[in-house]
This record gives sequence, structure tokens and C-alpha cells, in this order.
Amino acid sequence: MFPELNNLLNTTPDRVEQGKLTLLCDAKTDGSFLVHHFLSFYLKANCKVCFVALIQSFSHYNIVGQKLGVSLTTARERGQLMFLEGLKSSVDVFFRAEEKPHPLQFLREANAGNLQPLYEFVREALQPMDKGEAAWRCPVLLVDDVSVLLSLGVGAVAVLDFIHYCRAAVCCELQGNMVVLAHDSGDAEDEENDILLNGLSHQSHLILRAEGLATGFCRDVHGQLRVLWRRPPQPTAQRDRSLIYQYKIQDKSVSFFARGLSPAVL
Amino acid sequence: MLESVLASGGLVLLRDSVEWEGRSLLKALIKKSVLCGEQVHILGCEVSEEEFRDGFDVSINSQLVYHDLFRDPLNWSKTGEALPEGALGALRAMYRRTDPGPVIIALDSLSWLLLHLPCTTLCQTLHTLSQQDTCSGDSSPVKRVCVLGLLHEELHGPGPMGALSSLAQTEVTLSGTASQTSAHILYRRPRQRPTHKIQWFSILPDFSVDLQGGPPLESQPHPDPDTPLVDPTTHLTFNLRLSKKEKEAKDSLTLPFQFSSEKQQALLCPGSGQATSHIFYEPDAYDDPDQEDPDDDLDI
Repeated sequence: MFPELNNLLNTTPDRVEQGKLTLLCDAKTDGSFLVHHFLSFYLKANCKVCFVALIQSFSHYNIVGQKLGVSLTTARERGQLMFLEGLKSSVDVFFRAEEKPHPLQFLREANAGNLQPLYEFVREALQPMDKGEAAWRCPVLLVDDVSVLLSLGVGAVAVLDFIHYCRAAVCCELQGNMVVLAHDSGDAEDEENDILLNGLSHQSHLILRAEGLATGFCRDVHGQLRVLWRRPPQPTAQRDRSLIYQYKIQDKSVSFFARGLSPAVL
Repeated sequence: MLESVLASGGLVLLRDSVEWEGRSLLKALIKKSVLCGEQVHILGCEVSEEEFRDGFDVSINSQLVYHDLFRDPLNWSKTGEALPEGALGALRAMYRRTDPGPVIIALDSLSWLLLHLPCTTLCQTLHTLSQQDTCSGDSSPVKRVCVLGLLHEELHGPGPMGALSSLAQTEVTLSGTASQTSAHILYRRPRQRPTHKIQWFSILPDFSVDLQGGPPLESQPHPDPDTPLVDPTTHLTFNLRLSKKEKEAKDSLTLPFQFSSEKQQALLCPGSGQATSHIFYEPDAYDDPDQEDPDDDLDI
């Protein structure tokens, strides 16, 4: 959890908004630091987290999480974290007996299927259990990332339907939150990815967009973060609809500053 | 503005984008229709019913007929609560209803329908739905139907967008500047040239529309009167002006290619003691001493 990002978004682990979909997207840079931020943020906020991790292994997120002050191993052991490790469990699709559809069942199908088994997995993971469980604050679904589903053969509309169903279940019914990372292909004209990204943008309440600098790589400024608030509860919300900040990623934190005011140039 | 958008009936497209969302305007149009006594049916695909009804007061909410396609559009839960026959069935059911009077059908959103249904089927259904008032042959009162569709511009290619545009009687495109929203309204009346106008507006918390005159004028930056004006002509290393003597000397100078009468005389009469000039030429080894003109033998 990066305290400076919390200040920008005006949230703290004690005051978590509910029923929101946050879209993280990155263009020409790596936006995974935002995923680590939200993962540690919601674990510290005592929320029940279901993490669909398709890109990296569990130990990777655990190592980064420890730098940010959370232990994923402990969270998983006490039932706060449900972790779907895509890299490892994709192999199970082929070598496991088929008693129930595997969440990544679409990998077996010849034509682009739907993501209903994955949705059922998420729904089951975040369903509040009646007996003998510590009361978690609100359920949170984290997906890293959805663009890789396109590369695995799922259509953009199928991914949008999956996010739609998750939103209906997690945000509306269970009053939880969702955080989804998608990549922006930018100049490489990927129509499916554009449909996916625009469709997600229209469904989101908050969009955080990490962009590389237009002038290229810089040692002191790693990129630029655009924050766009959509669908405010009231049409004339007082807070700013859009902010732009530049950032620098350090070992255990990320510092944010207004454009052109990097400490290196002041 | 709202009355004119809904007045002509038919298909009305509300085109929005990620930055300028159109759902608030859609809700404002719905509220206006309800207050005018029209029936409103809503096909909700993108947001939950609670979120859509949020902001309307009880009197308006009780008049809305809401068809919920959000919770289970593809029938994944298999509990039987979903709308049977899916989206297309829900649309077709709307034009089989028989209540008289003008009716507004709001589609939230048309983009969702366009992503899930074939474009041709959707266009045919919309055409049938919006042309209802002309097809009744008996003496039943003319039912004016207006289909209001929310369309997200970035999601569709030029083909489907063009097809829907050609079906639409009115198109409202949302954009704006940093602080204000504008609607570019294009009216297509039959047998008339399309007209368009731009309206600046904002939506109030109770979903009524506040019309504004124009974009907010940017205040001109005034020059700061406190900074002293510095004269840049002091302390120069070159002259900007000529003194009187220098001016006279400059005016009396004759230019080399200006031909005055004195110069003419000087050239025509060589001055005394001036020897005629000679040219001394030492030929090289390669020079041809032949003085003959090589062109002499040409018979020109």
C-alpha cells in the first residue's frame, strides 16, 4: 500500500468505499505496482480478497507484498485470501479428473468459450460463509490481468460478460469492490483489446491509467498516472473529475508529484 | 432542448464516451417524459435496477416499467429468474404490447445489445419498434413510439455506427470542455435537410437539466501593472538612430549603379592625363592561337 496514492485517491484502509469497480490500465509501461498497491490495501483493510492471478506466481506477489507490509501466506492460511494461481493451475486442467469444470476450463475448448466456470469460482470464493468465520469487511475481486485472456483465445465480448457477471455478483449483490488490470496496446492496432478496454472503462467507477513518458525512459520519473473518476453518486460531485501526476517507483514505495516538479529537477 | 429531442419520435441515439458519460442525460430525458405523462419502459443491461432508479423520487419510480437484463443476461444462474429468450425476446415483447398513448422505450444500453446481437437483427428490431405508429391500419389511436438508445461511441466500428445513424431520427453526441458538457444534436426530419445545434448544459442532482448559454469565457490574462517597464533601447552596442550630419552624408552619397548626368560626362570624356588601358595577355601552351571564328563556316 502506498500512502501517497491513498492521499491522491482520498481513501484509507479504514474508510473503504463499497460497490466500486476500479480499472487499472497501463500504456507503454508496467502498471503492476498498482496491483500490488490494491492487494496490500485491501488486505490491510481486513477485506476478503479473491485474487485471480494469471500473470505471476504466488511467491512473486508474496515477496512484493512483504515489502509493503502484508504476508500473503498468512492471509491465505486464515482464509482472508483466495488465490487462483493461473500459471500453476492451468496445468491441472489437463491432468485432473473432470469432476467439476475447472476455473480455467476455457483452455481446453477448441473454440472461444465463455468464462462461466471462472465466474462460478469467484462467486464461490467470495460467498459469505455462515459458520465460524471471522467477519471480513467486504469482498474484493482482483484480476491480474484480463488482457492475457484475449491472448489465450477468449473473445473480448466473453471477457466483458465475465466482468459483467462479477460486477453483478461482487459489486451489486455482495456490495464489494473489484480491481481489474488491463493493458492498452496503444499504437499496435488490436481491435479486440480496444473493445475490451473501452468496454471496461464504461463500466468502471474509477480509472487509473499509468503511462510511460512521451519522451522516453527517464531515471527520475518513471511515468505518469492519470486518475479519472466516472459515475459519481451525484452528477455534480465536487471533487475533481480527473488528475494527472508523475511518479517514481522506489524499493518499498512510490512517490507522486505534480508534472514537472520531480525532486530531481527542483 | 429535451422536448425537441423527443418530439419527433422514432429512434434517438445518445452517443457518449468514456470521458463524457450519457447515462445522466438519459435519466433526465426519462424524468422529463414521465412528468409529461408518457409511459416509459426501460431495458436495463449495464447497471443494476437499484443504481438506475437511484436519484429519481418515488412518484417517478412508480411510473417506470423496468425490464432487468443486468442480473443474469446470459442465463448462467439457471434459476429461471432471467428474462426468457434473452435480450431479443425482451425487445420483441415490447412491441407486442397494446397499451395506447405515446411511449418511450429506453435502452441502457444499445451498445450492450449491439455487442451481443447481430447488427442486422438489432437494426431490424429497432426499425420495427420505432415505426409502430405508422403501421396500425385500424381506428386505434396513433401510438407515438420513441426509442431512446444509449450508445458508447468507442466500442463500435464505423459499419454498425453508420447503420444505426441511418436509422435514427435524432442523434445527440456528448462532449465538452474541462468544466462543462455540451450536446451536439442532429435532427433528421423526413423530406428536410438535417439540422443541428449545439447546447451547453449541466445535469442537476435531481436529474433536471440546466441549460447554459455557451462555453464559459476564459478570462483574458491581464498584464501585470506592478512590473516596471524596462526600456530596451538603453545600453546598446549599435546605433538605432542617425544624427543630422550623418543623415546629410548618407543622402549625398551617390549609389554605384545610379546613373546621373555628371557620371555620364565622366565616362564619355576620358579625363586629362588618363592613359587608355591595355590588356596584356600571355598565352598558355594549350591555348589555340588561331583567331578564326569556328562558327564562320555555318551557313546562317
